[in-house]
Amino acid sequence: MTTYAMVIDTRTCIGCGDCVVACKIENKVPEGLNRDWVVEITKGRYPDLTTEFRSERCNHCSHATCVYACPTGASHYWKDTNIVLVTADKCTGCKACIAACPYNARLIMHPGGYIDKCTFCVHRVEKGLDPACVATCPTQCMHFGVLDDPNSTVSQLLKTRNYRALMPETGNEPNVYYLS
Amino acid sequence: MVEEIILATARHNDKIDPVLGIWGWEIAVYLFLGGITAGIMFFSALVILLKKEEQAPFSAFKLALWGPIALSLGMGGLFLDLEHKLFVYRFYTTFQPSSPMSWGAWILIIVYPVSILLVLATLRVGYPFLAAYAERLDIGKWVLDTAERYRRAIAVANIPVAVGLGIYTGILLSAFMARPFWNTGVLGPLFLISGLSTAAALVVLVARKEAERHMFTRIDVGLILIELVIIALLVINLATGARMQLEAFRQIFGGAYTVVFWGWFVTLGLLIPLVLEYRELKGKVVWVALAPVLVLVGGYVLRQVAVDVGQSGNWTHYATQFNPALLERLNH
Repeated sequence: MTTYAMVIDTRTCIGCGDCVVACKIENKVPEGLNRDWVVEITKGRYPDLTTEFRSERCNHCSHATCVYACPTGASHYWKDTNIVLVTADKCTGCKACIAACPYNARLIMHPGGYIDKCTFCVHRVEKGLDPACVATCPTQCMHFGVLDDPNSTVSQLLKTRNYRALMPETGNEPNVYYLS
Repeated sequence: MVEEIILATARHNDKIDPVLGIWGWEIAVYLFLGGITAGIMFFSALVILLKKEEQAPFSAFKLALWGPIALSLGMGGLFLDLEHKLFVYRFYTTFQPSSPMSWGAWILIIVYPVSILLVLATLRVGYPFLAAYAERLDIGKWVLDTAERYRRAIAVANIPVAVGLGIYTGILLSAFMARPFWNTGVLGPLFLISGLSTAAALVVLVARKEAERHMFTRIDVGLILIELVIIALLVINLATGARMQLEAFRQIFGGAYTVVFWGWFVTLGLLIPLVLEYRELKGKVVWVALAPVLVLVGGYVLRQVAVDVGQSGNWTHYATQFNPALLERLNH
């Protein structure tokens, strides 16, 4: 199995939201819905405050509860990778995957009624391109690549920097990492 | 030390923010009717197996027909809930062993023939006019004859299928690790016992024979007592859990769902009918219909509360969502 990962440097992210806009344009995400979003985390007590920006999306978990919960096989792994996709004409809109995701990263695509989510821009990945959010990032704080290759940028960054994934205690093995 | 997480870009995803709102009354209706179907199958079969037909003629001959009807109405609710209705057949082009919902879809396929066989085996006595209609054709006559011949075997088959259906309605919710209120093993037994209790209440409400009503009032008292024990286990489990379980616990203990859980479900749906039914067994009848009606209402409220509280629980918390009202405050 090939593991694709996204590594985001929170020390260079300025929270501009370009990744959100790039995704909406690239994937024609309907109005009122977002496949990715930026959160701002402030810690400490005034005047000793630190702020971190984090661009969040589906974590494309290696152990994705949404895939296991799907009754029709519409939610599935793309080829032999960790990229979680939904086949629209297998989806009944039962919403089990929305309830199953501990990150609340799934959404209902209107007006079709089927479930939609971040695809890691698999249509670009197939051509060897980065996902739209990564490609557009003006501070180049986002990186995308194969985790199994020890020489890939993502592997090198995780080898040399402090990092964490969101709520690994879910056991879902998320594959979006944040450098700090 | 303070930690505040706010959304820097708007994320007001439909039916996800600020809390999950994916399942409404449709699913609660389905869980309620699925549970009562399990109880109907269970008691119709049990009365036959214990040879109590004379004491309980309604349960033995008439009750079974209500099963497939209730289940069909429940599945109607399920269908209404689907966002992509035309693709409903996709449940039956595959079997996904890791998905409780897939198991449920196939369990329902087993429930229909098994419960309908029980209807056919009791149709001539229970609903003679329907039987006469069926007997107009030779095949109808043959089907009724055969079903009657294997009546006990059919009743035996109904018991495990009914228990499976009753427990499944709970597992449908309890299988979601991401929702702490649901993610407990007692939800399956709770929904099963509640389903049996509502079916017993239905018999008490509809049966004509005094002895039958008395028998099912006794059964219902026992079931309500078991249900109260399971509720206690559920609450203890939440109250002694990790942060996530504690937050779910606070929803029903001081939070928004306190009144509906303890008032509408526990008091009105369990404790008051328990007292009324107990008094009835002692011969102090007030109004016979009140207790079973309250049990039925309580059974529905349990499903609705479970569906709602479960969705309000989360692993992720943002201190603020995008809130247009805050922008308006700047103008003042």
